[in-house]
Amino acid sequence: MMAENTNFTHGIDINTLDRVGRGHRRIEEEEASFEVEGLNLYYGEKQALKGIDMVIPSKCVTAFIGPSGCGKSTLLRCFNRMNDLVDDCRIEGSIQLHGEDIYDKGVDVADLRRRVGMVFQKPNPFPKTVYENVAYGLRLQGVKNRRLLDEVVERALQGAALWDEVKDRLHDSALGLSGGQQQRLVIARCIAIEPAVLLLDEPASALDPISTLKIEELIYELKDNYTIVIVTHNMQQAARVSDYTAFMYMGELIEFGDTDTVFTNPGKKRTEDYITGRYG
Amino acid sequence: MSSLRSWFKSGTPWIWLNASAVSVSLIMVFGLLSLIAVRGMSYFWPADILEIDYRENDGSEARLIGEIWDAEKVAAARLKDGGYPVPEGREFIQRYLLKQGNREILGADFRLVLQTSVLDRRKPENLIAVERREWGNLYGYLRSVKEDGRVVAAGDGALAELERRLERARRLHDQTRDIEKHEIGDINYGLERLRLRERRLELEGKLNAQSQAEIGQRRRLFQEQYQGLQARLGDLNAAIRRDGFSAEVATGGVADIALANVVRVYQPNRMSVFGKSLFYIEKLWEFVSDAPREANTEGGVFPAIFGTVMMVLIMAVLVTPFGVIAAVYLREYARQGPLTRTIRIAVNNLAGVPSIVYGVFGLGFFVYFLGGSIDELFFPEALPAPTFGSPGILWSSLTLAILTLPVVIVATEEGLARIPSAIRQGSLALGATKFETLRHIVIPMASPAIMTGLILAVARAAGEVAPLMLVGVVKLAPSLPLDGNFPFLHLERKFMHLGFHIYDVGFQSPNVEAARPLVYATALLLVAVIVVLNLTAIAIRNRLREKYRTLES
Repeated sequence: MMAENTNFTHGIDINTLDRVGRGHRRIEEEEASFEVEGLNLYYGEKQALKGIDMVIPSKCVTAFIGPSGCGKSTLLRCFNRMNDLVDDCRIEGSIQLHGEDIYDKGVDVADLRRRVGMVFQKPNPFPKTVYENVAYGLRLQGVKNRRLLDEVVERALQGAALWDEVKDRLHDSALGLSGGQQQRLVIARCIAIEPAVLLLDEPASALDPISTLKIEELIYELKDNYTIVIVTHNMQQAARVSDYTAFMYMGELIEFGDTDTVFTNPGKKRTEDYITGRYG
Repeated sequence: MSSLRSWFKSGTPWIWLNASAVSVSLIMVFGLLSLIAVRGMSYFWPADILEIDYRENDGSEARLIGEIWDAEKVAAARLKDGGYPVPEGREFIQRYLLKQGNREILGADFRLVLQTSVLDRRKPENLIAVERREWGNLYGYLRSVKEDGRVVAAGDGALAELERRLERARRLHDQTRDIEKHEIGDINYGLERLRLRERRLELEGKLNAQSQAEIGQRRRLFQEQYQGLQARLGDLNAAIRRDGFSAEVATGGVADIALANVVRVYQPNRMSVFGKSLFYIEKLWEFVSDAPREANTEGGVFPAIFGTVMMVLIMAVLVTPFGVIAAVYLREYARQGPLTRTIRIAVNNLAGVPSIVYGVFGLGFFVYFLGGSIDELFFPEALPAPTFGSPGILWSSLTLAILTLPVVIVATEEGLARIPSAIRQGSLALGATKFETLRHIVIPMASPAIMTGLILAVARAAGEVAPLMLVGVVKLAPSLPLDGNFPFLHLERKFMHLGFHIYDVGFQSPNVEAARPLVYATALLLVAVIVVLNLTAIAIRNRLREKYRTLES
């Protein structure tokens, strides 16, 4: 618990910050990162995503909300083709990353995943040292230069606001860290290979409130350099950290827009019902 | 009645049943081990030598000297039928098995002695036991020490003189053995290689005057060395033959013993418990570190320990990569369907095939087919004498590797299945390919399970004897499969194995009675070797487990 608190000095009030940082751009004016067109996804016979069209804006935080089983995680996993791992999964339509179709035959999936990092619900550090966890992606790319590795590991850990807590135990097992530290380690592991996009699949749902706050703070800092897509169950969290919010229901995209608008003045009755807690 | 029912419902009888099953198992295991341990370990303890005045069946009196080896109660009626003089009014009579040694004089190492016919028994302190390289033990009284047939010491000082001279004889013997085994062995090995080289050149049609001259030159060099060694051996033999001693044996006659033939002389009746303990440790050390003598009934079992351990290690080296690769394919790459399921069932069933079947397969496929082909391709110069085409340690290890393969595959598959998918996805999400994920994350994390498979494989393989009799084990191997001659590791050689040694000593030995404790001792050693191998593997596994433990979730 000591380690948890050592870096708790920024004292940023997320609730005020997100208002200030957003500016007044409309979603159409943002530079596009992902462009999704007519996306249908089937698990065997069952259709999990129905005709999704959307544009994920670059260098912003986009949140997916919706009740359990609505397909928001499935959609997120389409962006780095994690659904390829599911045997009977079939996809129609297209997803473009900066104009390039990621489901094209010629696409190197490993390369795509280097550009689109992902953080999972439960922290999943490898049973290696803290250092080796962060260096893993680079080592895969064949980087052997010790100095370069040291540098990148330090930068990534600082970027994930974890450096001060772990700098003296870089060569201890990552499994000795607390849950919140592990999740930030996983984020550091992702940003060490400098992806363009970070996909966060309920990154704070397994964490305590203080760790959650730190992750949110981190997301806020990271959006300057990364396009972030976050799936969350927690509507306050979506409201706090995201610039844009997509509400999904039963595999369909019901509403997508400016977070303020979606939360304060939703265009659809379903969205309003969900946000006000009628169901979900 | 209802109280009985409620007692039954409470589960108490279950607990008793379960606990007693565990107890019975434990008692059986410990009983087995302690029986082997007691029987085996007592063999090395120097027993007291008895001098017995004895009335033979025909009424004559005789003196017997020896160790009590075994005792049993025999029905008097049976003895009477056998023609033994039996006192009236006794139902059972104690009968001893006496190890009287002196085989060359008395004809047999052992004889039966009836307690009722013993007139007197003593333990004279100056009785000596002589352990010899041939003819077994000798018991008697030291009379004189001789040099070139001439008495140099007799009476009280004789034993000290004998020990001094024995020390010298043993040193000379060690030198002789060293020359015979290593230097002459090396020369023989070199000569054989020369012969093979010549033959190879001949077969290839490249044998010309120059190479012939070179080979002849080197052969002469070896022969000169050999003659030099022969001369040294002659000197040593002459020197070692110098000393001897004479001892009075039980019959009253005097036996002349050459010191060249003596391993040790001791007086067990004079030894203190401490002295006996030292003697015990010395014998035990000899047992685990020396080569066997006298058709495996004396000396040690070192070559058998070495062969067992080496065979198991080679097997482990062969079976692990093979099993892991197969399991990875089955679990990670193969499409899970009816075919995979069938293959999996087939693999599991392979573990149940009787081991001798694998032995037959090994002989037919590995030894005759593979080994024969290798000989034709690579060792044509040695034909018709086989090199790999006869049973050897490589084929034994391979046969056992196939025998234990299912165990490794099953354990590895279970290990792979237990790796959380979150960890795999974490690696894939960082741009690792499936192969990289397997190599860097999944297989290291499954390594404790792989070790578990290996532990089971080792435990099974180290105890197998039946298939080995077909594919490589012999009762006496002239040389170890690992030695100082190039290429050091001789995988084609036959080897000795503790399991087979037990069978050989216990059932094929010319002196079964004398060898029986050795059977127990060897069995204990085999168990110990397997335990040590397993503990090593378990220690490695625990380290790996600690290293790759994942958070319980």
